[in-house]
Amino acid sequence: MSMPELSSAGMSETLIEEGDAPASKKIEGRSPWRLAYERLRHDRAAKIALATILVVVLLALLAPVFAKILGHGPNQQFIDIGENANGGPVPPSGTFWLGTDNNGRDLFIRILYGARISLIVGVLATGISVVLGVVLGLAAGYIGGLVDTVIARLIDVMLSIPFLILAISIAYISGPSLFLVIIIVGVLSFTYLARIVRGQVISIKSREFIEAARALGARPWRIMFVDLLPNVMAQVIVYATLLIPAAIVFEASLSFLGVGVPPPTADWGAMISDASGFFQYGYWWFLFFPSVALLTTTLAFNIFGDSVRDALDPRGAGIYV
Amino acid sequence: MATGHAMETNPAPAADAPDGDDMLLRVENLVKYFPIKGTGWFREKEQVHAVDGVSLSVPRGQTFGVVGETGCGKSTLARCIARLHDVTSGRIVFDGQDITQLSQRRMRPLRREIQMIFQDPIGSLNPRRRVGSIIGDPYAIHGLAAGAERKRLVQELMERVGLNPEHFNRFPAEFSGGQRQRIGVARALAFRPKLIICDEPVSALDVSIQAQVINLLADLQADFGLTYIFIAHDLSVVRHVSNSIAVMYLGKVTEIAPADTLFTLPRHPYSGALLSAVPIPNPDQSDQRQQIILAGDVPSPIAPPSGCRFHPRCPKAAPVCVSEDPPLEPRLGDGPEHVAACHLPMAEGENLADFSPSISAEERVVEVEGSLLPDDAAPDATAIADALPARGEGGKP
Amino acid sequence: MTRFLVRRIGQSILVLFISSVVVFGIYFVGPGPNQVARQFAGRLGTAARIAQIKHELHLDQPIYLQYSHWAWNLLHGNFGYDYYKGQPVGSVIAAAAPPTISLVIGAAIIWIIYGVFTGVISAVRSRSLMDRSFTASALFFYSMPTFVLGLALIWIFAYKLSPVTTFFPFHGFVPITTNPGQWFEYLILPWLTLALVTAATYTRLTRASMLEVLGEDYVRTARSKGMTERRVITRHALRAALTPVVTLAGLDIGTALGGVIIVETLFGIPGLGWTVIQAIQQQDLPIILGITILAATFVVVANLVVDLLYAVLDPRVRLY
Repeated sequence: MSMPELSSAGMSETLIEEGDAPASKKIEGRSPWRLAYERLRHDRAAKIALATILVVVLLALLAPVFAKILGHGPNQQFIDIGENANGGPVPPSGTFWLGTDNNGRDLFIRILYGARISLIVGVLATGISVVLGVVLGLAAGYIGGLVDTVIARLIDVMLSIPFLILAISIAYISGPSLFLVIIIVGVLSFTYLARIVRGQVISIKSREFIEAARALGARPWRIMFVDLLPNVMAQVIVYATLLIPAAIVFEASLSFLGVGVPPPTADWGAMISDASGFFQYGYWWFLFFPSVALLTTTLAFNIFGDSVRDALDPRGAGIYV
Repeated sequence: MATGHAMETNPAPAADAPDGDDMLLRVENLVKYFPIKGTGWFREKEQVHAVDGVSLSVPRGQTFGVVGETGCGKSTLARCIARLHDVTSGRIVFDGQDITQLSQRRMRPLRREIQMIFQDPIGSLNPRRRVGSIIGDPYAIHGLAAGAERKRLVQELMERVGLNPEHFNRFPAEFSGGQRQRIGVARALAFRPKLIICDEPVSALDVSIQAQVINLLADLQADFGLTYIFIAHDLSVVRHVSNSIAVMYLGKVTEIAPADTLFTLPRHPYSGALLSAVPIPNPDQSDQRQQIILAGDVPSPIAPPSGCRFHPRCPKAAPVCVSEDPPLEPRLGDGPEHVAACHLPMAEGENLADFSPSISAEERVVEVEGSLLPDDAAPDATAIADALPARGEGGKP
Repeated sequence: MTRFLVRRIGQSILVLFISSVVVFGIYFVGPGPNQVARQFAGRLGTAARIAQIKHELHLDQPIYLQYSHWAWNLLHGNFGYDYYKGQPVGSVIAAAAPPTISLVIGAAIIWIIYGVFTGVISAVRSRSLMDRSFTASALFFYSMPTFVLGLALIWIFAYKLSPVTTFFPFHGFVPITTNPGQWFEYLILPWLTLALVTAATYTRLTRASMLEVLGEDYVRTARSKGMTERRVITRHALRAALTPVVTLAGLDIGTALGGVIIVETLFGIPGLGWTVIQAIQQQDLPIILGITILAATFVVVANLVVDLLYAVLDPRVRLY
């Protein structure tokens, strides 16, 4: 009486298909990632930023090559031609493209090697932060209860204690090293990602597809990593991209304070720190070029990160800047 | 399901039923209360009486419909049966086995027998996963098939439910609502479960698509000997698909009857009122019918009315309705397949519009709609600040 | 509301307690009693001194007793004794606090006003030239490490522009009580350094928040009622948009009060950050401990204040 009787034969043909050409292989899945990629492609600032990043990476990779070409190692001191009469640095010239530092070392080569340190620390430390942040955020958000409380308090404690002081103390006592710097930066930066992930998970976990997964008998870990993770990936990528420059700056700051990578390793923060005692005497290049390098790299990552964020979430920036 | 196939009669009970019982599922006095969050540490927590003593039996191979208005507890009932919630009290016996207290671990193998199809075609599928992966989940979770074998099985399922197997790699957003429900059906079907609980599977679909999905479900039932619990709020849909129907109100079952009997001879006034609201295509018949409009809103499930829960709105309410909760049993000479929970059931030919309650307005326990606190987490002040990368001064350079 | 208050304060106390245990654990327990005593004595401690310190600090007693002694002292405002400098830690901290406070509060005023102002303008005149330049400059300063900006400012103002202007000293600190004019002079560059970098975040945050609010329905309603744009912004949109900014400001200030290490070191301001770096170099444990706990307290209190403020502004928060 109330329902039209449909024959089952009509079923398959009346499926509504959007643009289903006979050669359906032509139509690829228009995944959210694809759409984001398209948006990114048309963003000029993003392209410039990405190009800059690639240039920096390239230069870092080619550092030994340049060293070979110029015949200047990163830690090689050229007392005779690299220092002037007062023992100070010499300005840019044909021999030393960007001049030298106070120890007569080729500034250009050192900047290239410094890029390696910054990039390595930036990427690896961010990697640590991402892993920690995602795992803890997922667990806190999905499992909830005691686990959530413990993790939340842990994050609170981590944010209140000036672990920087602690980190500096450790570095001072046990001696600074690259490894230590990566660990410090990575561990001290995960909290903000964990909070983001936790928030996302909480808002997603009551949706029906999570219930469906439980109805299928999926274990919590599977739900977290197979069902929840893809839905938070977008946010994770955005913030990870923005974490890299933060990690680079953090590392440079540690080096500036003298607790980063130990000398004589070339490092932008350390160079700037050294230069700060010299620029008042007119040796401007010593301060200028490493600063420009640092600033450019950080800026490029930030611009690219912003564009990634806009691409993945075109509804505009939320209150998360 | 009444689609023209000969499904009106019960199929012969399965010969290999463990205890020879042709009831696949028995629910006995199921109670599920939800505590209300955040009312403090010391005050006694109030509870939402979502399901308050429901008993029913679902025979094998049949479709058991459950109807009710929003908030009557039918979705909660569904989830309790599927053991997605823990039960406050009562028993659930599935295929002869008491599954009420089983831990999630022990429940896992049983999940292959009981599956669910959800209402929201958008929400029930993970938007970030490909459809093939979603449908293949059952195989992945229980380690039943992998790689090429899994893909083959998934594509078979897709064909079976009427989807193009080439669309294996698409995302849910690229399908229409009806197709997404088919995906949900395919996913539920992977295990060849015995029981599929359909929680309002067609409510979110356009009417013409509803028909397709319902036909699909009917075919699958015939092919695989499935048993369905079909939950809906649309009476006409439920009538079409069910063998018997249970009507729920405020956490309790008010009437259970074979589908056609419920529509021709409802015993409970609530059923009568619901039926009067079903649109009739024939305008003459529609004119002749008098609509029963129930007074008042559905009371709050936090503090349900005493006695019969329907008494504040019932046109036939009497003092006994306020004091005694009527048991669910056959009334007025009905057989065991038709039960109602009513002191003053409707006799044949009675018209509810002729009645008025014999209790005064004050005697009715009228509950004010309780304000349930919002469930979503309130914005966390510190979360906002920590959303920003470490910058500037102080703890971080 | 009171329930929320109680709960929140309880949380803060818990966090402080755990923090103190962690700090204590790291500094006291880690090295072992001998090492601790030696560190307390400082580099120049003699054997007798070390023994004396060991006794005074109860280092020969079980750990939980040590902790309770230390915590008890702390609660009474006794931060311990700095053997290296020969004065109570409390007075060292008390001397180091005013420079930090001057630096942070002054910078905070600048960065909040500037950041909010530019953010609001950017949001209101979205996509205009002003918006784009503010946003671009915010991005620029946001990417700049504090010490780079500080050095750049020093270079420009102290050297490059001289002899035209050398009136921005860049090293040292003069208390406001001694000479307000000089106090101000010595702080201008540090303020600018700290403020410009931090303001960038505020510009972006305010802009984003403001844009979101301006798109809300109730703002549209206000406009359709005929309100002038200015009133719409100041009376309606601003209040809502500023909540995250206020939150952040509270947290930033709280964290910064614990010591702005980079800026203080760069400009030679003898604040808490500078003091703690010195203490680390001198392995002066009591100072490190004292400042660490003080900083943690500032942060926890700032968090609490901010949450309470948030509860006042946004009633939804009180429900849990």
